[in-house]
Amino acid sequence: MAVSVDEAVSTGPTRDHTPPARRLGGRGRSVLEVALLTVLAVVMLFPVLWMIETSIKENRDVYAIPAKFFDFKITLEHYKDVFVDPDGGRSALSVAFLNSVVVAGVSTVLATVLGVPAAWAYSRFAVKAKKDQLFFILSTRFMPPVVVVVPIFLMYRQVGLIDNKLGLILIYTAFNVPFTIWMMKGFVDEVPAEYEDAAMLDGYTRLQAFRLFTLPLLVPGIAATAVFALIFSWNEFVFATFLTSSDDVRTAPPAIAGLIGGTTTDWGLVAAASVVFALPVLVFAYLVRKHLIAGVTLGAVRR
Amino acid sequence: MAGIEVTALHKRYPDGTVAVEHVNLSIGHGELFVMLGPSGCGKTTTLRAIAGLERQTTGDIRIGDTLVNDLPPAERDIAMVFQFYALYPHLKTRDNLAFPLRAEGLPKPEVHERVTEAARLMRLGPLLDRRPRQLSGGEQQRVALARALVRRPRAFLMDEPLTNLDAELRADMRTEIKHLQGELGATMVYVTHDQVEAMSLGHRIAILNKGRVEQIGTPLEVYDRPASLFCAAFIGSPPMNLIEVEVADGKLRGQGGLALAPPPGLPRDRRLIAGVRPEALEVTEAGAERSVPARVVSAEWLGDEIIYVVDHGGQRDVRVRMPPTVRFAADATVGLRHTGGTPAVYDVSTEELVA
Repeated sequence: MAVSVDEAVSTGPTRDHTPPARRLGGRGRSVLEVALLTVLAVVMLFPVLWMIETSIKENRDVYAIPAKFFDFKITLEHYKDVFVDPDGGRSALSVAFLNSVVVAGVSTVLATVLGVPAAWAYSRFAVKAKKDQLFFILSTRFMPPVVVVVPIFLMYRQVGLIDNKLGLILIYTAFNVPFTIWMMKGFVDEVPAEYEDAAMLDGYTRLQAFRLFTLPLLVPGIAATAVFALIFSWNEFVFATFLTSSDDVRTAPPAIAGLIGGTTTDWGLVAAASVVFALPVLVFAYLVRKHLIAGVTLGAVRR
Repeated sequence: MAGIEVTALHKRYPDGTVAVEHVNLSIGHGELFVMLGPSGCGKTTTLRAIAGLERQTTGDIRIGDTLVNDLPPAERDIAMVFQFYALYPHLKTRDNLAFPLRAEGLPKPEVHERVTEAARLMRLGPLLDRRPRQLSGGEQQRVALARALVRRPRAFLMDEPLTNLDAELRADMRTEIKHLQGELGATMVYVTHDQVEAMSLGHRIAILNKGRVEQIGTPLEVYDRPASLFCAAFIGSPPMNLIEVEVADGKLRGQGGLALAPPPGLPRDRRLIAGVRPEALEVTEAGAERSVPARVVSAEWLGDEIIYVVDHGGQRDVRVRMPPTVRFAADATVGLRHTGGTPAVYDVSTEELVA
């Protein structure tokens, strides 16, 4: 998740830097720009391209020295292996993907359902020690998650949540709720409270006013927030590794990591599984890209 | 229409801030009553308590004969106009107007009739099929007013409705609101921090400060006899000159010997401050009769008048309003004299009007 925030934020500063570049004059500027962008693109995209290439190469070509960039035979064998077991039936990886969908999806929905009303309440009502409460909520995000892995492992062992999808869902929800509250509070602050006041004078209760007038205006914000939460849950590796062990429960990140090691590593399969793993997030982020930018630049402009 | 009685209103928020300390108001049937004060004085909280959007900590609110303390906003039979208009963004003007009526469950023909009438009153005909986004600020505010009208409420509450409009439009809307209020004979409570709005609109004005009412009176009463030093410094542009005075030989003298007409009933042995309006002073040639020597510090040329800032005998920054024909250069040595009637006099320690 941290990565996507950084990427999205970096569009701002890049744009701010154009005026100095403009002083170089038209042609010089564009040549320099293209050159720099090309270098950047190659550095950034090469691993991704290599992953995609590896996923469609035969195993012989994967290990070929010198490496083959273009003249290899294309095969979709690895993609088949991601989903179908060599003995027939569903592969362990496909189960892991399904687990990821369930865990990430449910925890995102839970975090949104809990976080949005909380954000609304913090935005609208005079709450005792509101700032301290909000700071406390934010502070739960200060430490790296890995710090609490061991205590949570011990707690989960006591209550039987080890190697259990519910355990992962709960921990991801716990991490996403503070984030959802903070991000959504910004969006709620932007919606004038007068809509709800007016609706209440028109005969609606406070909750009806929220549901009928404020909530529809919050949809873009909710979409952006949910995507961030989804990306966090989908990519999460540390807790998934420590808290799950069986193929039935394991999510995709530890399952893919588990393919590496042993006597031989089927790099084609690793690459294909990684491509399949990366796609949903890319597609999702692309669909809501407008809201994502709105989400991360929120508060930069005051009305 | 109905009057509104606010008795011993007190509002304290859970975080400990006291928004309204103690407020009593008695707003008459068909009156345009303005609550005026700086931000944070409690005027908006008082209004929201009347609307039912805030629950007061203690105190009573009556609309007509009904005690409304425990009634939700919708059952108080009032309409409110907000600073940010609060038109529902997804509804056309027509539906924004009809919305509160539909919420009440009125039959369709009645809704149509009332919407048409409100649209006629506020001249919204061509705007009926537009959404709020397609309307200018002034048009949005007219729609918001019309939406308040369709309800035919017992009272209108206005929360700084003109603050977001530009100056020219604000003057137009002011006239429009005043006209409308007169025509409907509506009880209207109007909150603003703009004294021009308050003076031009209000039948009576309540000046609030720190959650308390400092003064209630007609615009002229409030202007002529501010009840406290706060009101004296708040009303008027520029506001009153507050000059420390002494009583000697039956005369009232400011520092530097400026003579003022003493009002009857002045208390003895107390430190006093006289509030003198800029138009009750005059800048004269040096040495003119009854004048004290002074020096022009600066002059603001406003076209229809000049505001001189003069310095006389230790008392800096006395402001004097003069016609544009009387011209003195900055730094000129001049005379200063009092030409008005008896000034308002305040006790320094209580900050209240004593004579």
